[in-house]
Amino acid sequence: MSAVEQITGFGNVFIPLSNSDLSGEGIEDRIRDRATEFGIKVFFTDLPAGSATIAVRRMMRDTTGIILVTGANLATLLEFVFRDEESPGDAARHAVEKGKIALAAQGDG
Amino acid sequence: MPVQLYRIDDRLIHGQVVVGWGQPLNIRLIVLVDDDVACCDWEQDLYRMGVPPDMELKFTDVATAVHEHATYAKDPRPSIILTSNVATMRALLAGVGPVDHVNVGGIHHRPGRVQKLRYVFLSPDEERELRELIAGGVKVTAQDVPGARAVPLDEVLGVAPKAERSA
Repeated sequence: MSAVEQITGFGNVFIPLSNSDLSGEGIEDRIRDRATEFGIKVFFTDLPAGSATIAVRRMMRDTTGIILVTGANLATLLEFVFRDEESPGDAARHAVEKGKIALAAQGDG
Repeated sequence: MPVQLYRIDDRLIHGQVVVGWGQPLNIRLIVLVDDDVACCDWEQDLYRMGVPPDMELKFTDVATAVHEHATYAKDPRPSIILTSNVATMRALLAGVGPVDHVNVGGIHHRPGRVQKLRYVFLSPDEERELRELIAGGVKVTAQDVPGARAVPLDEVLGVAPKAERSA
């Protein structure tokens, strides 16, 4: 979030959420609370197997209109920030494409 | 190949299990033992989505796991047996006999539990069940990820391990 803020000045587009020291149930409760409080429609998580991903998928079972982006990197978040005129789903899908392109291994070592 | 890890983790399938332990131990089979998950296709699909294609994920209830445990232990693939709580692990081991080692990977806060470590909270019943495992000769350690120190639960709970008591 701090990198998004430093680069774009729009770090407040995202609501950071830590899953540290929480059970799966606790993570889900926290995500649901924040989603209700802030009207969150798009969730960015790290690992497809991660506990946050599992928790959001549980929420998607009974909540419509939620978009989940797994494997998010900085490029993904930056692209999403600048697509604020698109629907959340379109912005998320474009952000995913940008995040994929950004991944590269460079050097001859 | 013997089961590589018997783990109690209330998050069940997540990064620490699939990646944190899965990669260094080259895990190719996870047996998730849970009576509720074993009878819920939706829950199984949810967890299956989090596991890479080269890692098989089996779901089973406790009774079946007891019956099939020898098969898991003979499976040539490195494996983890995973439960979400102490009672399930204890029931499994009551059926198959003690194992060398149980890993407590995460039992998080819930009303009625007391914090023992950053990621281990135990109710009086859970503490008693772990004490009974230790008393039965099982080495129980708390260790969320492989790079962390394995904390012997007997230190945390103030229980002398079996070998020391009999010495």
